[in-house]
Amino acid sequence: MEVPILKQGDFLIATFQAALTDEDLLQLQDALVARVGRFRSRGVIVDVTALDVMDSFAARTLRALAHMVRLRGAETVIVGIQPEVAFAMVQLGLSLEGVPTALDLEEGLAQLMKAAERKGATFRGR
Amino acid sequence: MDDEIRVSIASDADIVIARQQGRALAEKLGFSATDQTIIATAISEVARNIIKFAKHGEIIVEVIAKSSIRGIRVTARDQGPGIADIQLALQDGYTTGNGLGMGLPGCKRLMDELEIKSAKGKGTTVTMKKWA
Repeated sequence: MEVPILKQGDFLIATFQAALTDEDLLQLQDALVARVGRFRSRGVIVDVTALDVMDSFAARTLRALAHMVRLRGAETVIVGIQPEVAFAMVQLGLSLEGVPTALDLEEGLAQLMKAAERKGATFRGR
Repeated sequence: MDDEIRVSIASDADIVIARQQGRALAEKLGFSATDQTIIATAISEVARNIIKFAKHGEIIVEVIAKSSIRGIRVTARDQGPGIADIQLALQDGYTTGNGLGMGLPGCKRLMDELEIKSAKGKGTTVTMKKWA
């Protein structure tokens, strides 16, 4: 099942379904890293609201994805981690170390816009 | 639905099938949403271990009972290379592959009981229980 990627202005939004295989996750990683360049995106939102399980592979892939997107000059925010998924992640010992998270899509977009403004201000200041 | 499910594990798609069916059984037993996710997450981890180390195997999820308490037992069985040092495999941060070494120790924290039977070259059986 391929993850749909929406382009919204300067940002890309990828929305997970419940059942994602490892293959789907790796495919999403490649697609997002490529599209950040193609659309000159400044930010990526990965919406995991519908995801049933965040296991060690999913967490590792999301961390790698965020790192790759950053190397391409954009920021990633993971949104919509459900309370029971958060609970299981902590018990399992997983973290999304260094990857920004937000409660939902709205918060995530606000976070990305702020980050984009800060970046713009830094450049203008030079 | 039966009180027992068996999923043959041979590809990453089977990991998803096993955890979904395991969750459905947990839901049927009346486990909370959090416990359902915990059980599904633990199934995902042990099923991935099967793919990673043994290529194929089987996941069995059953309803069990201890006096008046009901629970769920997850058995992950393979005929793979086996685990040379089980104590080491249960240590946080220990990894033989490219993982984080969170798999088995993490599952032990997620579930109420976890037991490993394994010998080098003889395959591995991981049994995990969660009481309702």
